[in-house]
Amino acid sequence: MLTKRIIPCLDIKDGRTVKGTHFVNLRDAGDPVELGAIYARQGADELVFLDITATVEGRKTLIELVRKVAHTVNIPFTVGGGISTKADVSALLNAGADKISINSSAVRNPGLVDELAREFGSQCIVVAIDTRFVDGEHIVHTHGGRTPTEFRTIPWAKEVENRGAGEILLTSMDTDGTKAGFATELTARISGAANIPVIASGGAGTMDHFVDVFTTGKADAGLAASIFHFKEIEIPALKQYLVGRGVPMRTTA
Amino acid sequence: MKTVIIKYNAGNVQSVMYALDRLGAGYLLTDDEAEIRSADKVIFPGVGEASTAMAYLRERGLDRVIPSLKQPVLGTCVGMQLLCRYSEEGDTECMGVFDVDVRRFPALPGFKVPHMGWNNLTDLNGPLTAGLAPDPYVYFVHSYCADVCPETVGVCHYVRPFSAMLQKDNFYAAQFHAEISGDVGQRILENFLNI
Repeated sequence: MLTKRIIPCLDIKDGRTVKGTHFVNLRDAGDPVELGAIYARQGADELVFLDITATVEGRKTLIELVRKVAHTVNIPFTVGGGISTKADVSALLNAGADKISINSSAVRNPGLVDELAREFGSQCIVVAIDTRFVDGEHIVHTHGGRTPTEFRTIPWAKEVENRGAGEILLTSMDTDGTKAGFATELTARISGAANIPVIASGGAGTMDHFVDVFTTGKADAGLAASIFHFKEIEIPALKQYLVGRGVPMRTTA
Repeated sequence: MKTVIIKYNAGNVQSVMYALDRLGAGYLLTDDEAEIRSADKVIFPGVGEASTAMAYLRERGLDRVIPSLKQPVLGTCVGMQLLCRYSEEGDTECMGVFDVDVRRFPALPGFKVPHMGWNNLTDLNGPLTAGLAPDPYVYFVHSYCADVCPETVGVCHYVRPFSAMLQKDNFYAAQFHAEISGDVGQRILENFLNI
């Protein structure tokens, strides 16, 4: 049976892992290659590396990091952050990334999704959607959730699917960093509207939040960062808990 | 031992190379017929679109070389599909090593396409899955699949049962990505190299 996926997310700045609450107050949580390998051993189903480095020098560091991760880790991983051209994607895939994720660049130029899917295949193109509830509507945001766009979230999710995205990474800026639970209702609506997998992100604080997002929220995967980095929840225990509540999980020996 | 990874324009073979690095196995990435024929083991990977990949193989005559190989050959993902008779993807005549067709997953509520993620293997048979615990999980990403047939040596269930693994004589094939399927995938690759 196809299982639901648990995905630790590693935010990367200048080659190091960081994670903040509401994307500020960054704290250092270690070496990304080492952390990735630990998660893979613990039974993480996939990894996501989000690069928040702005400088050109930093981008070169990222390619090196991707190469090291791919060498070390034997599960799929996605790289996102600041990707806006075919050349960026090509460099990351050649370094060993299995998928890449685009966000602001897709909002700026939706045709980029078509172009990348045609060139590299839908299976490796993830579109990340940062969403916030504003005046009674779910609105797509960019720049770490600071800038609202003209796109409503559910139609945008449908649009990126039609343009060839292989997966949607949905982050609720309303719940991100709160540890009060995923945006379950919105996740369910998007998962129901789109025929591609949806990764839910933002708000995980307890094991029951994962149960909710996989059952009520119909998510295909659940992503979290700090609760894993700071060992508030450990992946083997989380998977056992989910299995006990009837959520299909890959369990490793 | 000489292991060759067949080079063609079907996507990313980097993760296959890294997986062999982790096993400490040397390899050569090439599309040269003589190099391929002289290898002890041949890996035929593939990510991408079937008709484009087949066209590329035909241009280089590899569509005749590959089915005539006598050493163990492992086709993965689209590589496996191209070893079948025919693929619905791009209405493509394939190499016909395996006597089975490749069809798109039917659209069914509750089943997203592509089939993406970790799913388990059943009805295992053959040397590649020797030593694995029952019903092992491996990582899939695909929208097309081969039916279950007499050459099936591993079944996976999504919408309907399909061939996750095929074997005929010296030809082995896996629909999933062994190279990123954790310790299970690593064991499968190791088993192939040890045939």
